Amino acid sequence: MPASLLRELNSLLGTSNVLHNIEDLVLYEYDGSVEKARPDLVVFPHTTEDVSRIVKLAAKCDVPIVGRGSGTGLSGGALARGGGIMIVFARMNRILEIDLENARAVVQPGVVNLDITRAVEHAGLYFAPDPSSQKSCTIGGNVAENAGGPHTLAYGVTVNHVTALELVLPDGEIVRLGSKHGDAPGYDLCGLFVGSEGTLALVTEITVKLSRKAEAVKTLLAIFDAVDDASRTVAEITARGITPAACEMVDGWTLCAIEDYIQAGFPRDSAAILLIEVEGLREAVEAQATAVEDVCRTHHAREVRIAKDDRERDLLWKGRKNAFGALGRLAPSNYVLDGVIPRSKLPQALQQISQIGKKYGFSIGNIFHAGDGNLHPIVLYDPRDPQQFENAIAASREIIRYCVELGGALTGEHGVGMEKNELMPLLFSDADFDLMRRVHDAFNPDSSLNPGKIFPLSKGCGEIRVRKQAGALPAQV
Amino acid sequence: MTAAANLATRLEGILGAHRLITAEAELREYAIDGVVPCAIVRPASAQEVAEVVRFAITEKHTIIASGSRSKLELGMPPTRYDLALDMTALHDIAHFDPGDLTLSVDAGMPLCQLATVLGEKGQFLPLAVPCYETSTVAGALASGIDSTLRRIYGTARDFLIGAEFVDGKGALCKSGGRVVKNVTGYDLHKLLIGSLGTLAVITRLNFRTFTLPQAHGGHLACFSNLEGVSAYRDAIEKSGLPLANLETLSPEMVALTAAVLRETQEEFTTDLDAGKWWVYASYEGSEAVVPRIARDLQKLAHEAAAAPNAILDAASDAHLGGVLREAFDWLRWASPSAALFRIVSPQCQPANLADLLGVAHESSLRGALLVRAAAITYFVLLAENEDESALRAMENAAMRVFSLAAAGQGHAALLHAPNKLKSRVNVWGPKRADLGMMQRVKHSFDPQYIFAPGRFVGGI
Repeated sequence: MPASLLRELNSLLGTSNVLHNIEDLVLYEYDGSVEKARPDLVVFPHTTEDVSRIVKLAAKCDVPIVGRGSGTGLSGGALARGGGIMIVFARMNRILEIDLENARAVVQPGVVNLDITRAVEHAGLYFAPDPSSQKSCTIGGNVAENAGGPHTLAYGVTVNHVTALELVLPDGEIVRLGSKHGDAPGYDLCGLFVGSEGTLALVTEITVKLSRKAEAVKTLLAIFDAVDDASRTVAEITARGITPAACEMVDGWTLCAIEDYIQAGFPRDSAAILLIEVEGLREAVEAQATAVEDVCRTHHAREVRIAKDDRERDLLWKGRKNAFGALGRLAPSNYVLDGVIPRSKLPQALQQISQIGKKYGFSIGNIFHAGDGNLHPIVLYDPRDPQQFENAIAASREIIRYCVELGGALTGEHGVGMEKNELMPLLFSDADFDLMRRVHDAFNPDSSLNPGKIFPLSKGCGEIRVRKQAGALPAQV
Repeated sequence: MTAAANLATRLEGILGAHRLITAEAELREYAIDGVVPCAIVRPASAQEVAEVVRFAITEKHTIIASGSRSKLELGMPPTRYDLALDMTALHDIAHFDPGDLTLSVDAGMPLCQLATVLGEKGQFLPLAVPCYETSTVAGALASGIDSTLRRIYGTARDFLIGAEFVDGKGALCKSGGRVVKNVTGYDLHKLLIGSLGTLAVITRLNFRTFTLPQAHGGHLACFSNLEGVSAYRDAIEKSGLPLANLETLSPEMVALTAAVLRETQEEFTTDLDAGKWWVYASYEGSEAVVPRIARDLQKLAHEAAAAPNAILDAASDAHLGGVLREAFDWLRWASPSAALFRIVSPQCQPANLADLLGVAHESSLRGALLVRAAAITYFVLLAENEDESALRAMENAAMRVFSLAAAGQGHAALLHAPNKLKSRVNVWGPKRADLGMMQRVKHSFDPQYIFAPGRFVGGI
């Protein structure tokens, strides 16, 4: 890293917006994943022009760049695998425009997801994608990873709610894509850039759709004595064509951890619960709730409760969204997996996950978006024990392979990042990689943006600027 | 041997004579804006598509893939058109899991046949596009044409979950998968939507399917002025009623619609008052929800002083909904010379709509508006002939429409225009700021520029 670069960045941004001491940098070598990679410099731009100038400086010195929101990602997407400059968007956190009439908001990437809803809820509107980390994750990170959440079952993931983007390309050029009202003629470039994990450009402004709050909502808590019954319930809800706003499953082991932490009102003696929310017009909600309850009872739910007021509903969701934190109290670390399967295959997938856990000596918790087949098995382990770490990785790979065998995919909402790039050949052929690489190179030809992500290094798709990091995952599929 | 005959001979060697057509009369049926291909190829598998593409790359020929050819006039005329790739022989359902509500279907499957298969399991694909009876699934997707169900189900980008296609290097590629939630790799399949075949040849598409609703309903509210329309639409938006479709017709559009209705059905139970603005709403859901929406619409229409304010009977609703779905098709032929714009703009603002009608008036052309859901307006300009003065009027009007759309932070494009007008006006409107980004995508998919050259935005 040239010394002149630090001087120029200090001059450009001011010393309060540049970190270079090791004790500061170690705070940015983590995200929510099991990976680690330390940047050489961390900078905090305030404007798009700042970002453009930083990128130009980096390009001049041939230094890689990675963008970062609040670092809640779970696939290592916001880690500096190639070292270099980390651009943290925490200080680009202004809501630039709210257009209630057309249900749009224009925001900077560092705006926290939930803050968009807070800014418009007085008008009966909200921002639909709701990751569990929505109190802290940023919209820029959501765009990079195409984040989801419980309510994306009915309303779609981030890409379904983005109509325009402002980007900074690796040469510092500022470009705008899409249009405020959506659906402009031309290629769906927003559809490409959302979910590209920061490997094509840095996003500096986002125009999002706002959704109108439903007239009525009912939240059902269905309690089961057998996991199999709960998973068969989900499969039948899907097969009957009932589309709840959310359909979450939590297993009994995880429920106890949540109750110890939050006291959300979950049963401690059940095998699994389903948290199912239906919303819409009053008449539709009544009919859907009745239909859901019927399916639950058909599959031997021992009890189906309906939250009687907003307080009880909020408490149930608080329990669900803080589950990862609750499990964090049980072990030094946990590994939250993210795989997707066809929803009709849920019962067999859960059985297989349990068997894989036994094989490697782990109790694997399950708390996930059952309605869209998005599994989140959680492996608790001690990273200080190298064997446990290796076993956790091996178990996770076996689970993800099984998802693919069932006709599923590697990731439903966390992204590939540096967690699953070596697993990509399970799904994609050389021809697929060749095309993805050409698209990558069309925007990021020198791999200066977020190197070492998405593409498998073991297939020769990596870049020379990726340096070996201590603790990096072994590159075997 | 002529160049065309030589080309035919070599293609026969690849796919056999039975998959090759060179008869002059048939070639003309595949013409785009008067540009006729040299040969038509009908591959029966993705591998055969890839072979033809590799042949075209080697021989430096261009390819335009098509399905039922109902919307080939979208975009600009191709700058070169050697091979027509007729995809209708790829028409199987590769995978349909009703329990998972997922579908994988070949490019050439007609939408109406697909609807029959899905309907047997109580499901459907919400692609209610014009030329529905003939359109193929990939043709509908690649054309980017609007579905009248987009208000409630979104556009294809909201339910397309994966695709297989042959890229411009002749390789069979895929993107996405067959699960409803998936962020593995770049979402390249989304780029194919509305790309007019300029990036790749689609061979298979994966979709999320939907459950057929129990019941449907339709409501018609008529207003004597645009202010009433605006008040009514605003009230609907604020009510949060989950309408499947919401369309506003200007009085001239009502007259055109009424003519089509009369042509296709002797009776339409609601008075066809052509001097008024119409707002047509359709809705669907459970047996309990549909009457509730109907009641609410009647109340909102009454408060906005609509007259008539009518719930349509099932037959009239289906008929009107079907006619409006086909509007793109019949508006093209509503006069000897028609220019049909698709404008993306803020919601139905009276001033914006009045400005558009003002363009027609100033140009001495008939103008009619169809405001669709989700900020889409169809605006047609009709001339009684194709003479120079009509063309000049249309050309000037087109420039005004493009500039009005841009002023409202929107976009306009011509979905249909006479060939002579296309030689004067770029149907995609003024040069776009993101054209360079689109060119990068085009080059990465199709480095030899063999797919549908010249048809797309910015000459892509």
